[in-house]
Amino acid sequence: MNWISNYVRPTINSLFSRREVPENLWKKCPECGTMLFHRELADNLNVCSSCDHHMHITPRDRFADLFDGGIFTEVSVPEVIHDPLHFKDQKKYPERLKAAQKKTGEKDAMLVAQGEMNRTPIVAACQDFSFMGGSMGMYVGNAIIAAAETAVKLERPLILFSAAGGARMQEGILSLMQMPRTTVAVEMLKEEGLPFIVVLTHPTTGGVTASYAMLGDIHIGEPNALIGFAGTRVIEQTIREKLPEGFQRSEYLLDHGMLDRVTHRKNLKAELTSITRALTGLPPAVAGDLPKPSKAKSEAPKAEEK
Amino acid sequence: MNNYLEFEKPLAEIEGKAEELRALARSNEEMDVEEEASALDKKAEALLKDLYSDLTAWRKCQVARHPDRPHCLDYINQLFTDFTQLAGDRNFADDLAIVGGLARIGDQAVVVIGQEKGSDTKSRVERNFGMARPEGYRKAIRLMDLAHRFKLPVVTLVDTTGAFPGKGAEERGQSEAIARCTEKCLQIGVPLITVVIGEGGSGGAVALAAGNKLVMLEHSVYSVISPEGCASILWKDASRMREAAEALRVTAQDLSALGVADEIIPEPIGGAHRDPQTTIKSVGAAIEKHLKDLSKKKPETLIKERRKKFLDLGSKGLAA
Repeated sequence: MNWISNYVRPTINSLFSRREVPENLWKKCPECGTMLFHRELADNLNVCSSCDHHMHITPRDRFADLFDGGIFTEVSVPEVIHDPLHFKDQKKYPERLKAAQKKTGEKDAMLVAQGEMNRTPIVAACQDFSFMGGSMGMYVGNAIIAAAETAVKLERPLILFSAAGGARMQEGILSLMQMPRTTVAVEMLKEEGLPFIVVLTHPTTGGVTASYAMLGDIHIGEPNALIGFAGTRVIEQTIREKLPEGFQRSEYLLDHGMLDRVTHRKNLKAELTSITRALTGLPPAVAGDLPKPSKAKSEAPKAEEK
Repeated sequence: MNNYLEFEKPLAEIEGKAEELRALARSNEEMDVEEEASALDKKAEALLKDLYSDLTAWRKCQVARHPDRPHCLDYINQLFTDFTQLAGDRNFADDLAIVGGLARIGDQAVVVIGQEKGSDTKSRVERNFGMARPEGYRKAIRLMDLAHRFKLPVVTLVDTTGAFPGKGAEERGQSEAIARCTEKCLQIGVPLITVVIGEGGSGGAVALAAGNKLVMLEHSVYSVISPEGCASILWKDASRMREAAEALRVTAQDLSALGVADEIIPEPIGGAHRDPQTTIKSVGAAIEKHLKDLSKKKPETLIKERRKKFLDLGSKGLAA
């Protein structure tokens, strides 16, 4: 058109938009609709302050809270073959991967770290639901194996936070094979007598539930998390009846004996600390403020861990 | 009368014509149709060979699900002697979708476990179409424990669309049962040989298939999700299952290329259902061969090798 609409207007707009408030300052709770201020929400570990709805939390944010002073050392995960099947649906798999990497800033759907939680040395693995639905492919399998191997090497408990729709279809049979593969990882821990604690978060379904997520020594569910094998819709279509309220939710699983506990996110750290310390023969955690952990301690296991 | 698959329609026509001619000749002695009929037979045979020489992934899925395909009990009854069926999970119920028990193959006593789909309406309903509930997997766990205690090799025959997606199954811990069953497969100090005789449907199949050797029939399939399920999620249209089946790489041939399947057993031309006896015999031969190889190994070696097999998986992808 002319230089006013092509040049002047965009320039003015860009000048103004820079001064505008950044987006996403407020987030709407998907459960009760309350508008939540982002900083408050983050302080509350992504739990709605009005209805206690537990929203997704990224592995990094979770670890920042879990590990003392937010300090943790990432455990590196061996590389995998990208796109082993040359999978293509409406989009190519590598494109989907790249988009997810760009969106999350992570390599794949699981982050593994080691460090101290209330001065208790642990290894932790956390699944990232925002990365392709947390789906379990070869990378996630490798991450869990790396987590187990690190736990064995450092003689520490492994705490795993699960969140996934299931196996990653784009890796076909190789994603399915992560079920036995991750089970081997769990076996490594059990043989060494190391605790494996699973925190099942929303949602944990399919092949993930049917492998490592249900093989823990202790199963803790976050409130109202969807946990199950088959999808609700599939079940309704198969049995042709409406499913009861709360079906496949944490509290329902607790009632049916599949979980040890359902725990609010804000109480998780304290609870995990007391459980891991009891299981590893450590004295009770010291209440109150702890001195800041030294760097050396998060790098190497302490002598008292044995 | 054969049960024809959709892609076998042209074949059905030719075979139907031959049949018709012969029927006519039977009622009218003066007619001599043999020459014509055998020409049709030859044509049908050629067509069958042609159809089956290069089956697409989706067609293989159909063959793997063929109602006349020999099922678990056909194999158990014809390959094994002294079969003593053992029932129940000692906890809740006996799940007829999974059968198992003590048996002998040759002289070797084994524990055999498999999913049974049923062969007519009544037995299909009884066996829940081969879709097991937690009780079924817990029965399998119990039988594998038995095998471990008494040092008997385990043979599993996989043929399931998947574990049953039902309300009760979820309430009684379908996921936990599958996870524990897979774990048990990895723990036992005896050989574990799996044959995928039809469909290997996702987690419901893995639970019985985390063994030392995975053998697949030529037209069997093994997949993380059914092509229909995958199509409805990724294509948002369940009728795109042909594309999904291709993309998922579900065939025995693909699985062998990916290092998941250790051996492929050829099927008769036209699939296992056209000649069940031959198929069952070749499966028997494969089982005996692997049993012989594995029986020399120590329990620790068997467990170690099994673990290594799964840990090493995924080191190779398909060629471009």
